[in-house]
Amino acid sequence: MSHHQVIIIGSGPAGLTAAIYTARADLAPLVIEGEPSSDSDQPGGQLMLTTEVENFPGFPEGVMGPQLMTDMRSQATRFGAEIVTAKVSRVDFSERPFSIWIGNPEMTEPTHTADTVIVSTGARSVMLGLEAEQRLIGHGLSTCATCDGFFFRDQEIAVVGGGDSALEEAGFLTKFASKVTIVHRRDELRASKIMQNRAFDNPKIEFLWNTIVDDILGESKVEGLAVRDTLTGEARTLAVTGVFIAIGHRPNTDLFADQLDMDEAGYLVTGADRSTTNIEGVFACGDVQDHTYRQAITAAASGCMAAIDAERWLESSSD
Amino acid sequence: MTGAISDLSENTFDEEIGSATEPVLVDFWAEWCGPCKMITPILEEIAVEQEGALRVAKVNVDDAPDLARRFEVMSIPTLILFSNGQPATRIVGAKGKPQLLEELAPHL
Repeated sequence: MSHHQVIIIGSGPAGLTAAIYTARADLAPLVIEGEPSSDSDQPGGQLMLTTEVENFPGFPEGVMGPQLMTDMRSQATRFGAEIVTAKVSRVDFSERPFSIWIGNPEMTEPTHTADTVIVSTGARSVMLGLEAEQRLIGHGLSTCATCDGFFFRDQEIAVVGGGDSALEEAGFLTKFASKVTIVHRRDELRASKIMQNRAFDNPKIEFLWNTIVDDILGESKVEGLAVRDTLTGEARTLAVTGVFIAIGHRPNTDLFADQLDMDEAGYLVTGADRSTTNIEGVFACGDVQDHTYRQAITAAASGCMAAIDAERWLESSSD
Repeated sequence: MTGAISDLSENTFDEEIGSATEPVLVDFWAEWCGPCKMITPILEEIAVEQEGALRVAKVNVDDAPDLARRFEVMSIPTLILFSNGQPATRIVGAKGKPQLLEELAPHL
């Protein structure tokens, strides 16, 4: 068991910014960064699955998402943040110091204890919830366009969703696919205007409005997408060999059930204009507590707030 | 070299997999795949720790698209464990080390 003044759970822009600030405040933070995966629940977070980030200030030519995260990580370690590649399996915030387990959650002794904890576990992409998803993931169904787009050269594929990430994926996929159909359940997009205009101008992108997905077809690989028009009720099959799902995100808060206050969607509730949670000494930042903005820059900003809140709380509680 | 990860090409693949005396874990990857890079250090550790019980090799799908097609790789990273020259199990997507070892254990 090791004790730390600050433990940060999660390593996206929020967690790593909190690490940079607390490390520079000489608090020697431990960052538990997560474990590799092919969805956004991985070290570095959602940006690890994106390509060009064009709206992070300071990069006039844009920056690749994974590069940005690698740089933030180096910046944190440069000031003495310690980073472990592991997933937290259990937390106990009922008494101080707070307890954190890695690996077997049944162990009596926690892996780490901390005076303050900064929660920045982010959000992960939501799947449709179809049985076919289990069977076809990696066989034409993908959660990572940057990983798998390559395998759909000259093929027709579908992207499900209508937000920025759906349009970004669709645009990226047109480098490979002969045609990308965006299946969206409404008749307008949530995505930003610039992303919308780019998609409308892209001759390889087609939109299927007011359309929901009933099923993904194929036994051992994707052979089609069963969709239904929500206005007419008409069902049809799209002949696609690839399906990319980008319908939104869910906060990673299962770990904190019954300990930290959440709203009905599972986002952590923080104090007004603060990073405080219902437990004194536990702070939250980034997408895990933000269902409004959800940007890399707002995550980073809230990570800075959490670091300063944690630092001040440590000072005041040691008086 | 001990515990080294060898690069397999379309020319060397069959020879190397066919002549191996221990199971070979083949990592299908590419330079542009973030999750692939994340698991590289884990595979390097496994190669050293499991030396004698397991060999680790990699196939760059950019350089060897025919191998990716032959084994129906449609997502990377994909890890295929070859035992006696035949695919014994397949792991799709990046995973943490404990989970990888758990999925490989029954085949070693």
